[in-house]
Amino acid sequence: MEAYLDNSATTRAYNEVASLVAKIMTEEYGNPSSVHHMGMVSGERLSQAREDIAATLKVEPQEILFTSGGTESDNLALLGVAKANKWRGKHIITTAIEHPAILETTTALEKEGFDITYLPVDETGVVQLEDLKSALREDTILVSMMFVNNEIGSVQKIQEAGELIKAYNSDIYFHVDAVQGYGKFVIRPRSMKIDLLSVSGHKIHGPKGIGFLYIKKGTKINPICYGGGQQKGMRSGTENVPGIAGLALAAKMCYENFEDKQNKLYELKEYLIKSLNERLSDIKINGPACREGAPHIVSVSIKGLAAETVLNMLSSKNIYVSAGSACTSNNPHISDTLQAIGLEKDLLESTIRISMSFMTTKEEIDYFLDTLCSQVENMRKFYRH
Amino acid sequence: MQYHAFVIKYAEIGVKGKNRYIFEDALVKQLKRVLAKCDGNFIISKVAGRIYIEAEGFDFDETVSQLQTVFGVTGICPAVSIARDGENHLPDVDGVAKAVLDFIDGVYPNKNKTFKVKVRRVDKSYPVDSMEMAAELGGRILDAFPEMKVDVHEPEILINVELREKLNIFSEIIPGPGGMPIGTAGKAMLLLSGGIDSPVAGYMVAKRGVEIEAVYFNAPPYTSEKAKQKVIDLAGVIAKYTGKVKLHVINFTDIQMYIYEKCPHDELTIIMRRYMMRIADILAQKSGSMGLITGESIGQVASQTMQSLMCTGEVVTDIPVYRPLIAFDKQDIVDISYKIDAYETSILPYEDCCTIFVAKHPVTKPRADIIRKHEENLVEKIEELMQTALDTDEVIEITK
Repeated sequence: MEAYLDNSATTRAYNEVASLVAKIMTEEYGNPSSVHHMGMVSGERLSQAREDIAATLKVEPQEILFTSGGTESDNLALLGVAKANKWRGKHIITTAIEHPAILETTTALEKEGFDITYLPVDETGVVQLEDLKSALREDTILVSMMFVNNEIGSVQKIQEAGELIKAYNSDIYFHVDAVQGYGKFVIRPRSMKIDLLSVSGHKIHGPKGIGFLYIKKGTKINPICYGGGQQKGMRSGTENVPGIAGLALAAKMCYENFEDKQNKLYELKEYLIKSLNERLSDIKINGPACREGAPHIVSVSIKGLAAETVLNMLSSKNIYVSAGSACTSNNPHISDTLQAIGLEKDLLESTIRISMSFMTTKEEIDYFLDTLCSQVENMRKFYRH
Repeated sequence: MQYHAFVIKYAEIGVKGKNRYIFEDALVKQLKRVLAKCDGNFIISKVAGRIYIEAEGFDFDETVSQLQTVFGVTGICPAVSIARDGENHLPDVDGVAKAVLDFIDGVYPNKNKTFKVKVRRVDKSYPVDSMEMAAELGGRILDAFPEMKVDVHEPEILINVELREKLNIFSEIIPGPGGMPIGTAGKAMLLLSGGIDSPVAGYMVAKRGVEIEAVYFNAPPYTSEKAKQKVIDLAGVIAKYTGKVKLHVINFTDIQMYIYEKCPHDELTIIMRRYMMRIADILAQKSGSMGLITGESIGQVASQTMQSLMCTGEVVTDIPVYRPLIAFDKQDIVDISYKIDAYETSILPYEDCCTIFVAKHPVTKPRADIIRKHEENLVEKIEELMQTALDTDEVIEITK
């Protein structure tokens, strides 16, 4: 038996996606910029993918820009908007629990003279709208906020935040890192007042190395790489057509029977949380209440155990989860998110993240629960204090 | 400069009397091993106390960096080599002079240097003797490059001209690692952890011509697969020099837990290390290793105080425990670790079995009699656990 419960790290590609990618790589490998027939075929794949993805968000196809994934999308959104709008102001707002693709980029922008406000979160990992409201300033040009937190699954009040920002000043751009949210929630950039939205392919059963950035028409943004002028000069480089087509297919498949799938995932999550609470003592489920958070992420701290030990034990039984915080004796980096929600110090190293997908089965969850619960007490005996 | 050959210098091997050929043959074998990995064609020949490598179509930097991993090599001299003519004659004096001048011009764009010419006439049928030839070449060099000056005592450039099967000219000596060729000493068992010290200890003993076998104590699930991979990579660093390392991965978890259950926690590390030594000892004797190697250094950590070393050392009685780093400061060890490209791997942050259960205040001055007494608590199961650990030994052959 195997249980892959690390879907926030990456997912297994849909078989249909893998076949499509292979087919395009071996049969329709033309460069979409070429004017001959092979190029045209690729070009059509590209426009079809754009349309399919735009349809999942109810936006225009030309508002979809393909990138290499979440990190590039986040970088482009922040650096591109900062560069194009710095004459208006140099203040950017983000949150304390963003992915490093945001936090490292804002750190770089700080060095270039930008002023960054990091909004705190409550103990469930949610930004308070009052905090956002009081952080907005005359020179604010951009707010960047993640849809779903990758470590604890908290969901931000994107709709309310978008309305609040635009009510304050409609010129402030609103970027949402939806790498963990897209495919798990219905996202409507128009009604949510989102100007830029980052998405990654391999988190939604698509290929690695592909993603997109939704850029609302009229957004002032500069490119961050230059070259042959593909994608209207905003992102030069020959388009990764197989990846793009695979991404579009994965996106389409994720949003088929969506409510049904989302609901089933919530039921699985409920079952997982309930079982953990019933079967283990001295544990803490982090993040918001089940249905208030994302349907696929459960963060649990197991008192008196090192996450690394749990991970190794599970891995030896073909069960794959992540540590809630990348932290070992030699590497004192503690998760920003877990610290931001005020998790007790002795639980920081004892936190694991179970992340599911639409492919996860109840059998896998049971196998995980049985294995973990049978070993916890034994492992607790040998915890280094 | 286009070189055609390397003259390989070696030091200690040359003085080993009747056994000299054994050492030279081992050196040639090692040279062949590393050259097989390089682009190009190489012919290695052993003539009159010298090893020559004739090279063709090779990449200079790649070849030199490979030759620098061969223990026993003290110097690598890139040489220009000129073959005899159709009538089997070496170049005449004019020919030799031209080759030497071209060589100097090619290798030293800046001529403002002192020099000396050293000639070896191995082919005694050559009509000009060494002294005459050296004097003649010196004069021609001074004529051709007036900025150069002769200094027979401490020349900046020592130009070696050899008249033997071919005419060889070389000056630069690129340092080799020194030591003795692998295969000339015997084998020893290295206790390899994921840290900085043990790979360096293994390297240093290997440098004396010793083949290395290694043992790693794995403690799943407390240590990860990545920690094990790190140790495999570190064994690979040593294998780069020795050609191969046989690595034993011993599952130590149950022994560790049993000690944890039965013995005082402040003595955990010492007792654990005693069992590691015992297991390594058994593996060593089974494999024909003539000693254990550890990375211990006096006083570096609690388990390496002189008292601790006495305690861990006493369990190995039949073979010596080599501790090449015993008097090294940490920085000196780190310097070698850098030099042999182990450092970046050594500092990867994975738990190893020694850090997992370490007590807050481990005993620093253990007394062997007390430790022995506490080990009696283990009598019921420890033999069986050790046997299981040895029976489940995972052997990984690392070849470079």
